[in-house]
Amino acid sequence: MIIAENLTKTYPGRKAIDNVTFTIRGGEIVGLLGLNGAGKSTILKILGCFLMPSAGKAQVGGFSVDENPQAIRRLIGYLPDHPPLYDEMNVHSYLTYVARLKSVPSSEVASKVDHAMGVTNLTKVKEVALGELSHGFRQRVGIAQAIVHQPKVIILDEPINGLDPVQIVEMRDLITSLRGKHTVILSSHILSEITKTCDRILIVDQGQLIAEGSEAELSSQLAQQQKLSIEVETFSESLQKKLAGLPGITNLKVQGSSENSRFQKIYLESQGDLRSKISELIVNEKAGLLGMVRLEAGLEGVFLKLIKPVEER
Amino acid sequence: MGKTFLVARRELGAFFSTWMGYVICAAALFIDGILFNAFAIGKEHRFSSEVLANFFYFASGIAMVAGVFLAMRLLAEEKQNGTIVLFYTSPISERQLIYGKFISALVFSLILHVLSLYLPALIFVNGKVSLGHIASGYLMLVLLGSSTISISLFASTISPNQLVAGVTGALFTVTMLVLWMLADIASPPFKEILSYLAIHNQHFTPFSQGIVHTKDIIYYLSVIFFFLECSVRALEARRWRG
Repeated sequence: MIIAENLTKTYPGRKAIDNVTFTIRGGEIVGLLGLNGAGKSTILKILGCFLMPSAGKAQVGGFSVDENPQAIRRLIGYLPDHPPLYDEMNVHSYLTYVARLKSVPSSEVASKVDHAMGVTNLTKVKEVALGELSHGFRQRVGIAQAIVHQPKVIILDEPINGLDPVQIVEMRDLITSLRGKHTVILSSHILSEITKTCDRILIVDQGQLIAEGSEAELSSQLAQQQKLSIEVETFSESLQKKLAGLPGITNLKVQGSSENSRFQKIYLESQGDLRSKISELIVNEKAGLLGMVRLEAGLEGVFLKLIKPVEER
Repeated sequence: MGKTFLVARRELGAFFSTWMGYVICAAALFIDGILFNAFAIGKEHRFSSEVLANFFYFASGIAMVAGVFLAMRLLAEEKQNGTIVLFYTSPISERQLIYGKFISALVFSLILHVLSLYLPALIFVNGKVSLGHIASGYLMLVLLGSSTISISLFASTISPNQLVAGVTGALFTVTMLVLWMLADIASPPFKEILSYLAIHNQHFTPFSQGIVHTKDIIYYLSVIFFFLECSVRALEARRWRG
């Protein structure tokens, strides 16, 4: 449904995005994850025919953003980071206006507006002026305007920005309800939301796509680097030296034991699976191995590792 | 055309659902009334046709100022509030958007002119002027006002906010207005060229005297079309600039 090939956008003196390539299948919910200024919005603006790429190609629904933007605009619904609302209009008249702007046939405008208000729980406030709505309701109207014409592709730029926890849950439910019926691409810098909402994640940093896949796939990319939490009964400097000297150990931290605890915790990072060697060493040292737990990297770990400064990569 | 009128209708609604439309109407009519008494009628005895010509003279200034105020917000406000995204991501062409915006301001200025009709009506009832003279004067006001709207709409298209749009629009309009002064000191052929390009002097005077020249109508329509198309191109170029 969406294809981006070597997508690049250059502004004087800087590249907003650089050689970004990805594909999104129909019906998927895909999240663009990255820090502020990573280039997420630029990618979405290009897909929304809002911006032209400086180089590369992008297609939505088989149409090129360069050659046939009007055809794409018929296929998409777009929510920018700030919902495009006219404060003097009420919810119903605004959505009716947007539906007409999106080329919805006159005979279907009323039913589609009612449907969009129903899905986004706006029916109760349909006569209220947009300027009088709370932030959460304004965001809902933003979503409603993006889906009012029931587009094949929905592009949401930071849809949960500024929402309170209750509104976030509602927004998450709303987005997941679009799964299968629409292709959704959304951006966020909030990891947990991307994990809960999206089938697949594209991680963007400094204008480049640095990883893509499901949460499990991304986590397994870091499986090579293991994190272990070990508990021993007796801890000695000799054990610490021998553990640190094992080939492949990249980090070792000893977490101080409390007065009430007889145990000592050791935090280890290693390249490759060294669990058998570590356990053998602890047994040989007669330190009393009480437990060894492999810590999952999780999306947060993947994200933080991937986006660390370029010079550290 | 459907989308053009859709944009125009919403925009016209916005004029009257905010203070903007009422303030412009009230201010224009208030100044119209004061200048009609102080300037058009005055203390000296005048022929009715002179009073009417004077009315059209100051009304032309009001039409231009109103044109700048009406048009300055048309695109700049959309950019300022972020609502322009709605158009950029909807199946509406830049031309439909620009012409829709223009039509909204044009209709508003027509309403303004209709509301000022009572002043020439007073001259018509109490004096001796022809309906043709009034019609030609109003035709000039509409053409001049539309030209100013078109010029300021272009300024609004290239400006980031309403304030800059207003100042830029006023600057463009005043430049077009004072070209005849430059024409006075220029040598041929620039004298003729500058004089022809000036928005007010050469093209305005015949209308205010009840004389309609096709060439003057063509001039104003050309100015309107030129600046509207400049706005369309400026909006199209934005996609490339980002």
